[in-house]
Amino acid sequence: MMSAPQSQSTDAGGWQRGGAQAVRRRLVERFVSLLCNMATVVVLFVLFSILWTLITRGAGGLSLPTFLHSTAAPGSGGGLANAIIGSCEQTGLAALIGTPIGMMAGIYLSEFGQDGRIVSLVRFVSDMLLSVPSILVGLFIYLIIVEPAGHFSGMAGTLALAVLFIPIVVRTTEDMLRLVPRAMREAAYALGAPGWRVILNVCLRSARGGIMTGILLALARISGETAPLLFTSLGNLNWSTNLNAPMASLPVTIYQYAGSAYDDWVQMAWTGALLITVAVLATNILARWWLTRNGSAQQ
Amino acid sequence: MELPSTITAGDGAAMDKNTRGRFGDLVFGMIARLAGWFILLVMAGIVIVLASGGWRAFSTFGPGFFTSTAWNPISDHFGAATSIFGTLVTTLIALVFAVPFAFGVAFWLVEMAPPALARFIETAVQLLAAVPSIIFGMWGFFIVVPFMAHYIEPMVTHYLGHVPAIGLLFRGAPYGTGLLTGGLILAIMITPFICSVMTDVFVSIPAVLKESAFGLGATRWEVMRQVVLPWSRQAVMGGIMLGTGRALGETMAVTFVIGNSNRMGWSLFAPGNTIASLIALEFPESSAGSLKLSALLALGAILMIISFITLACSRIFLQRGTSS
Repeated sequence: MMSAPQSQSTDAGGWQRGGAQAVRRRLVERFVSLLCNMATVVVLFVLFSILWTLITRGAGGLSLPTFLHSTAAPGSGGGLANAIIGSCEQTGLAALIGTPIGMMAGIYLSEFGQDGRIVSLVRFVSDMLLSVPSILVGLFIYLIIVEPAGHFSGMAGTLALAVLFIPIVVRTTEDMLRLVPRAMREAAYALGAPGWRVILNVCLRSARGGIMTGILLALARISGETAPLLFTSLGNLNWSTNLNAPMASLPVTIYQYAGSAYDDWVQMAWTGALLITVAVLATNILARWWLTRNGSAQQ
Repeated sequence: MELPSTITAGDGAAMDKNTRGRFGDLVFGMIARLAGWFILLVMAGIVIVLASGGWRAFSTFGPGFFTSTAWNPISDHFGAATSIFGTLVTTLIALVFAVPFAFGVAFWLVEMAPPALARFIETAVQLLAAVPSIIFGMWGFFIVVPFMAHYIEPMVTHYLGHVPAIGLLFRGAPYGTGLLTGGLILAIMITPFICSVMTDVFVSIPAVLKESAFGLGATRWEVMRQVVLPWSRQAVMGGIMLGTGRALGETMAVTFVIGNSNRMGWSLFAPGNTIASLIALEFPESSAGSLKLSALLALGAILMIISFITLACSRIFLQRGTSS
């Protein structure tokens, strides 16, 4: 009680003066800065550790046969060709199915506000779909498509990926359409354009940079998904582009190979991991670069 | 029959264009609504399919399903307790590590980083968020697990194993795989998510609030703790919940490092499982129509409910945070 007034009087000068409290504050500040720097270094270190591991262990398998041969029994020199083509086919088709549905739903959310409560319900549910654990989407597609059909198929995998793809596109489309200036719509309406032409030819056109970025990011996201493909397209050791049959994909092949006891399979798993990470990160960087370029072009 | 009377109002061509426009609006509106309703349909489908598929397990085991630690396909006894426990514990560990790190990085990015470097580092953090989860799983299994087994876990046992009460958490054989490693990998995966929400929120605070605090002589940390954090508390909570939701449902990364054993105990080093990892591993081995399949679907339904609650919380927090 006695020391309280005294310390107040000495610290009235605050930060610039000496005194125990000022020193303490300075020390705390230093300490927190140090911790923050360390946190950043640790997070960056993790990223570089992952990339370094992938490069050092995966680069050994980067050869022409890897891209030309299908997966094969251990020791017989297989490649990843069927997995790569399977991944491309399923991801690409999922994007083809998901893009129009997602964009239309995004348009619905941003332009059909007059529907009232149901719009906010759709928005809420779309957000939920965005964060549904992807393995549950796999279960869902298994139960409604694989089980009735009686066999695993590339189509089921494609649909599972599309379910994950749609909500991302919905979110970006809505966000980007909201950025379109009101004056632009009003100008188009004043020229006598019907509502749907205003949305398609004016709003979507001016938001297309952002929407393309969103689609690219969504593509990157689903191309690395493993869990929804485990019970839907299953994987296939042979070359197959048939959507009605089990289909290989890079993530599932990595999963199967990484846990195996054969050195050459583990090597292939690392190579596959390197390939898919490079593809995903490159797409991300491209999408971000596109967004900044388009963003600055509009200003 | 009534068309001719309206045509007299204007010339034919304009009328034609007008009706076509209105017809286009009608069709376009229908398509947009269908797309919106399709999303509702998919979500309802997921919920219904999981709930009805899991119904047999719920009705067979009753409330005991939630408290039973059994998972025995031979005697057809299944319980959810172990995997729910594993899911919650790994998520909790993930949050304990991820929140301070995410905060540190966000604080550094917003207040301390040189602008040129900040953009580069921010992109790097976002790239970490984009790495597919199976890559985290492989990296965790081949790099982190041996490291944990050889260095971290023996060291932690040595220093903390004898402390009363919490010592229980850090005993046991250092397998490397286990709840702790699972939680750590999850922490790495959700840190970028929480960090990017925090960065957005910290940047969006009105400059005048921060400047007046700086003007009074406050340090960066004091401004953060007494001005920025109270102002953005809600949105930060929302971001944390968003990360939690992701950690709860993460499958592949956890499956690699958790050890996949249906055990429940005090030790964080012991192998365990989560709902998602159990589904990923056991589903391919369960035949259609079996009680096991139903139990797995019931687990899926439980996971769904847990992540819904988390997401609903996050939305409430984020909305309040942005409106205030």
